[in-house]
Amino acid sequence: MENKLEAKNVNVFYGEFQALNNINMKFKENAVTALIGPSGCGKSTFLRLFNRMNDYVDSFRMEGEILVDGNGIYTKDVLVDELRKGIGMVFQKPNPFPKSIFENVAYGLKIQGIKNKAVLKNKVRKALQQAALWDEVKNDLDKSALELSGGQQQRVCIARALAVEPSIILMDEPTSALDPIATAKVEELIHELKKDYTIIIVTHNMQQASRISDYTAFFYMGDLIEHNKTDIIFTNPEHERTQNYITGRFG
Amino acid sequence: MKKEKIIEGLLKFSALVTILTTVGILYVLLSESISFFSEVSIWEFITDKEWTPLFVNKHFGIMPLVMGTLLTTFIAVAVALPIGITIAIYLSEFAPKRFKKIVKPLLEILAAVPTVVYGFFALMVVTPFLQSFIPGMSGFNSLSAGIVMGIMIIPYVSSLSEDALSAVPKSLRNASYGMGATRLQTAFKVMVPAASSGIIVSVILAFSRAIGETMIVAIAAGQQPRLTINPLVPVETITAYIVQVSLGDVAHGTLEYKTIFAAGITLFIFTFILNNISFYIRKKFKEQYD
Ligand SMILES: Nc1ncnc2c1ncn2[C@@H]1O[C@H](COP(=O)(O)OP(=O)(O)OP(=O)(O)O)[C@@H](O)[C@H]1O
Ligand SMILES: [Mg+2]
Repeated sequence: MENKLEAKNVNVFYGEFQALNNINMKFKENAVTALIGPSGCGKSTFLRLFNRMNDYVDSFRMEGEILVDGNGIYTKDVLVDELRKGIGMVFQKPNPFPKSIFENVAYGLKIQGIKNKAVLKNKVRKALQQAALWDEVKNDLDKSALELSGGQQQRVCIARALAVEPSIILMDEPTSALDPIATAKVEELIHELKKDYTIIIVTHNMQQASRISDYTAFFYMGDLIEHNKTDIIFTNPEHERTQNYITGRFG
Repeated sequence: MKKEKIIEGLLKFSALVTILTTVGILYVLLSESISFFSEVSIWEFITDKEWTPLFVNKHFGIMPLVMGTLLTTFIAVAVALPIGITIAIYLSEFAPKRFKKIVKPLLEILAAVPTVVYGFFALMVVTPFLQSFIPGMSGFNSLSAGIVMGIMIIPYVSSLSEDALSAVPKSLRNASYGMGATRLQTAFKVMVPAASSGIIVSVILAFSRAIGETMIVAIAAGQQPRLTINPLVPVETITAYIVQVSLGDVAHGTLEYKTIFAAGITLFIFTFILNNISFYIRKKFKEQYD
């Protein structure tokens, strides 16, 4: 397997405050990597580096390199919009647009210039099926996405990200607003998706990390403490901090 | 406890005063209009094409005044709407935060300039300027009055639309950027639709403001009631007529005098309808985001 993503000597600052300290990390293609660690340790900041979503924070500053498919994405000639078309993101809180379910899922496709109705319909259906939502909404695709339950909204957002068939999916605590049933569905989905996608998922749920990920990275106060195969992290971690965190002794 | 009672009483009192004032104004408007309409039929009022109550040959058709009002208003909104919305989108979606903080209040000064200044600006600057390349344009006309009025109401559109855009949850913008949408795409495909009710309300308010504006049109648009859509000739708006008669030497209690109440109630009906539309939209808008 290839390295799909890579962080090289990455330091991140918000103003004077350093949020990430010299991170070096590689992500295997078509694998799920879980980012874990206590609140405020920099997981979201790290995740957002890969689609440059930190760029909108005024005080944000970065040193080092982020590589996607071997190419630096913080160089001047990179078209951020184009970069993001290949990288889906699912946020912690469901954030569907105040549009119909169909329009939500078709959004990225339309942005990419796809106008053909039949193509749109097909891709929307496929994405909704992947997100395990199709059966629940197939009869009211014209209904506003805001009228759905929180769990359904999150699956609309997942479908929205999947519809454009990105190669990478970034998920920031995607199930924190979901009930156990919806969570199970999303986890199942992640399992399905990893055949074709490289997935990074931030989670506070240790069971979830151990269930769905191939690799796990433990962050602590801006440092990457440990990064390894998930079963090793959860059965035989190298560092005591990791051990303490996953067993719930601090955090 | 006692203090609270007193404050509560004061609050109630001021609310009551406001309501009573409104009711009082409405009462005067209505009673004087009713006495007007006992002499002039509503049918004549609406269908007669001339408004000459102060002449020997009297006509009481409100349409020329309504037309003058609508003409100047539409010109004003045609100026303020595109400019105001462009500014709002620029400020909320493109401009650096610091720039917005400075520019927004500066723009609001436009609405704070005394309208008499705008009136003279229209008459002395804009009209001569336009005349230099529109030959046959008269010295009083609805075009320059409308344009200047449009400039005055820009901040109504820009500030309120900007507020509406800023009120759209940030997470929607992030979702759109995250999909690879450009700023422009995000602005027009996500932000503007999501803020549409607020934007519409801002435009309605601008309409209301333009319909009620008096000084600019009284000075620059002329005082000749005329049923026309030609923006180059003098017209008279409802408000300008009311000023003209109020300041003139028409005797109280005469039919001529009562025309200002008939005109006033016509104006009231217009703004009342607009207010209700915006109230309705605002209510719907609230539900959407709760
Ligand atoms: N926009 C910002 N401006 C300033 N500081 C920020 C900003 N975003 C995050 N930080 C700081 O950077 C650090 C890392 O934040 P980050 O959101 O990446 O943590 P996290 O690991 O995702 O936490 P959580 O598990 O609570 O989501 C925190 O100390 C936070 O206060
Ligand atoms: Mg986070």
